[in-house]
Amino acid sequence: MDILIQQVVSGLATGGIYASLALALVMIYQATDVVNFAQGELAMFATYICWSLINAGLPYWVAFLSTLAIAFVGGVVIERVVIRPVENAPILSIVMVTLGLLVICNSVAGWIWTYLQKPFPSPFSANPIKVGNVVFGAHDLGEIEVTMLVLLCIYLFFRFTPLGLAMRAAAHNPVSSRLVGIRVGWMLALGWGLAAVFGAVAGMMVAPVLTLEPNLMGGVQIYAFAAATLGGFTSPGGAVLGGFIVGVVENLVGTYVSFIGTELKFTVALAMIIVVLLVRPTGLFGTTVVKRV
Amino acid sequence: MNALLDVQALEAFYGRTKALHGVSFSMATGGITTILGANGAGKTTTLRAISRMVRTTGTIRFEGEALERRATEDVVQLGIAHAPEGRGTFVHLTVEENLRLGAWGRRERGNLKDDFERVFGYFPVLHERRRQAAGTLSGGEQQMLAVARALMLRPRLLLLDEPSLGLAPLVVREIFRILRTINQTGVSILLVEQNAALALDLADHVFLLETGRVVMEGPSDVLRKDDAIRRAYLGY
Amino acid sequence: MSIARLPRVAGLLALLLAACALPLMLSNFRLFQFSQVYIYAIAILGLNMLTGYNGQFSLGHGAFYAIGAYVSAIMMDRWNISYGWTIPVAGVLCLIVGFLFGLPALRLEGLYLALATFSLALAVPQILKYFEHWTGGSQGIVLSKPNAPFGLPLNPDQWLYFVTLSVLVLLFWLGANLLRGRVGRAIVAIRDNHIAAEAMGVNTALYKSLVFGVSAAYTGVAGALSACVIAYVAPDSFNVFLSVTLLIGSVIGGLASISGAVFGALFIQFVPNWAQDISKAAPWAIFGVFLIGFMYLMPFGIAGAIRLLWIRATRSRVQQKERSVVPSQAHTTT
Ligand SMILES: Nc1ncnc2c1ncn2[C@@H]1O[C@H](COP(=O)(O)OP(=O)(O)OP(=O)(O)O)[C@@H](O)[C@H]1O
Ligand SMILES: [Mg+2]
Repeated sequence: MDILIQQVVSGLATGGIYASLALALVMIYQATDVVNFAQGELAMFATYICWSLINAGLPYWVAFLSTLAIAFVGGVVIERVVIRPVENAPILSIVMVTLGLLVICNSVAGWIWTYLQKPFPSPFSANPIKVGNVVFGAHDLGEIEVTMLVLLCIYLFFRFTPLGLAMRAAAHNPVSSRLVGIRVGWMLALGWGLAAVFGAVAGMMVAPVLTLEPNLMGGVQIYAFAAATLGGFTSPGGAVLGGFIVGVVENLVGTYVSFIGTELKFTVALAMIIVVLLVRPTGLFGTTVVKRV
Repeated sequence: MNALLDVQALEAFYGRTKALHGVSFSMATGGITTILGANGAGKTTTLRAISRMVRTTGTIRFEGEALERRATEDVVQLGIAHAPEGRGTFVHLTVEENLRLGAWGRRERGNLKDDFERVFGYFPVLHERRRQAAGTLSGGEQQMLAVARALMLRPRLLLLDEPSLGLAPLVVREIFRILRTINQTGVSILLVEQNAALALDLADHVFLLETGRVVMEGPSDVLRKDDAIRRAYLGY
Repeated sequence: MSIARLPRVAGLLALLLAACALPLMLSNFRLFQFSQVYIYAIAILGLNMLTGYNGQFSLGHGAFYAIGAYVSAIMMDRWNISYGWTIPVAGVLCLIVGFLFGLPALRLEGLYLALATFSLALAVPQILKYFEHWTGGSQGIVLSKPNAPFGLPLNPDQWLYFVTLSVLVLLFWLGANLLRGRVGRAIVAIRDNHIAAEAMGVNTALYKSLVFGVSAAYTGVAGALSACVIAYVAPDSFNVFLSVTLLIGSVIGGLASISGAVFGALFIQFVPNWAQDISKAAPWAIFGVFLIGFMYLMPFGIAGAIRLLWIRATRSRVQQKERSVVPSQAHTTT
């Protein structure tokens, strides 16, 4: 029982990471009908930036927040410069461009920071926290707090600010949005910026666990896909919940189903994606939307 | 010239097909002008041209300012509100959020409270439904929402595309009564309508479009008596 | 009609002759590189059938390449079966696997299919490592290159070069016949207008799964050939970047084109070689930049650009022809 609780909590911790990245994917999907295959790599890149800032002597949280700011600007710039020229192109072209971004980020990171694994600091104490007989990793709990805080902020932003409202409007109905004076292109760019921020959070939270290297996010991204698919690509809340479910399931399956262990983790995620797509393509909370033709 | 809106030699294109073939007209400040015409005549396209949603040649001036080089978003900022064909409701958002968005493009930011009070005064049903997702409103309610949303801009010119479409006659008469009140508060209106009788009653000036050209124009009481118009649009 | 095709046939024959002459001129290593080009070309043609002609996204064709390679390697290593047999077996197996994968894929809209196949690509190395007993785990399987049969005076690299060239010619000939015929038109019709194709009586479900199967078979054969030519298979060479590489070749060559597969293969084989001199990471950065650049400037790839230039160059001539042809054509078509 104690082990179960421990595993659930640590599943929630990784789940939070998947949730952040899944939310990033869903935000861009809602606005543009496109999955950003480079989302994970952008996150990895941001994590390297944080690493460099910390190495340059900045305190952790200063580096953390600076990275978020840099990621935001980076996301906005990428949308304006790289994605915008193919905005109205067929979906295949946009997917290709995001794949191009993926390989560029990956290789440039390797170029600048080499392919060697780098330890990445955790801002939380290394001592486990004991409650009764159950031992929680401090990093796990901290991760959960940070992702919860980020998710809360973003919820408040979209729910209660005029800009958040305009972004939602632009994502759902670009034509009408223009007619009320919303600069839809910029809203998309802001969306990319915010998505990059969530990705960066995910990257910085997962890096202490996995150690930093250019392929840091490959596995996280497949789980984020699974999370977004499970929750529904049209439902941000669903994607977040999907992230937590996937994190917990992954951990429990890894612990209790012996033949899977940790070696088939990706395969589990792949299987989840395919099963969800076949059984309920819109995910648990998604709705079918009329696709552009 | 003291025209509010002045359109000259307007041509509009969807891809390669030309939908307007040199439309020219102008409307005075404070008036209600209506554009009549058969299906496919180019009425919607004319409004879209003013809102810069189609590619055009020719000139469009609003209070002397050229619109041709502006984006849709910038036209809105000049105080031109467009309630589009098909209503353009943000179906996922609540009624209140829809209305809030209507005020997004306006120059003076300020307080929305007065505006909410005003449009809820015109359309009390929207007040009842303000927390409801706009997609769940009935067609007529969505039409009211479209007009109300346009009013949130505090526009100088209101572009309305078939506000009577699909509404019960009683509701239509109600909306037209409200339009007259709105006009009396100083908002000029450019109205596209299929219901010619009502439109002629409301408007002071009429343009008749046929396959992308203005074929007739004049004060509405004159045109109402025109035989051709009577036969084609009024049906008596 | 046949006269019109004459220059094309002559050109292809000349190219084939040149390809046969290459072993006389090139070192073993260069020859090995060209074998690799042919292998990529086969895989890319498979991908083009699916993505370019039929409009189904696959970001995970590396998986079929891996299956082909491992089937071939395991057969050679475990059961001492001659490489010549392993290639068709790999093809047939991938045909079946692809067809089966294509069945559920039918229900997935473009983007979701991209997602599922991309995840497949990510998962492949892990799966390969898991079945260690068969695949040799991360160590992979080391093979030996076959010698030329019948005492032909060729070294293994030269012999394998001719093997891949023959397979390439055979598969391209088959592919061209398939795509330019009635089946090909149905495949394209499904891409362009799914509903209309159905209304015309095309069994879209069957066609789409079949295209998936055939596409996978081409890629699987390519994988099997690569196992023979490289004489080594290991899980990490079949990671997601292999799938992306194939896709890049496909896009740069020209998605819906047969000759484009060769251009794309040349690109993905030789550009990284040059770029490697700059940095280990440079090839991928360049791939990425090219991929994005082609999407902006030449979405129909090299083959598309050549076709466009050709049309422009011959426009005046064609127009003259058209003018004289139109009346009689009008007569025959009515
Ligand atoms: N999105 C579009 N793409 C291509 N052609 C269009 C488009 N919208 C309108 N058209 C064409 O432009 C012409 C004018 O259309 P428009 O919508 O302006 O007519 P309308 O007068 O508003 O008709 P209705 O009374 O039916 O609304 C028509 O011939 C129509 O086919
Ligand atoms: Mg219309």
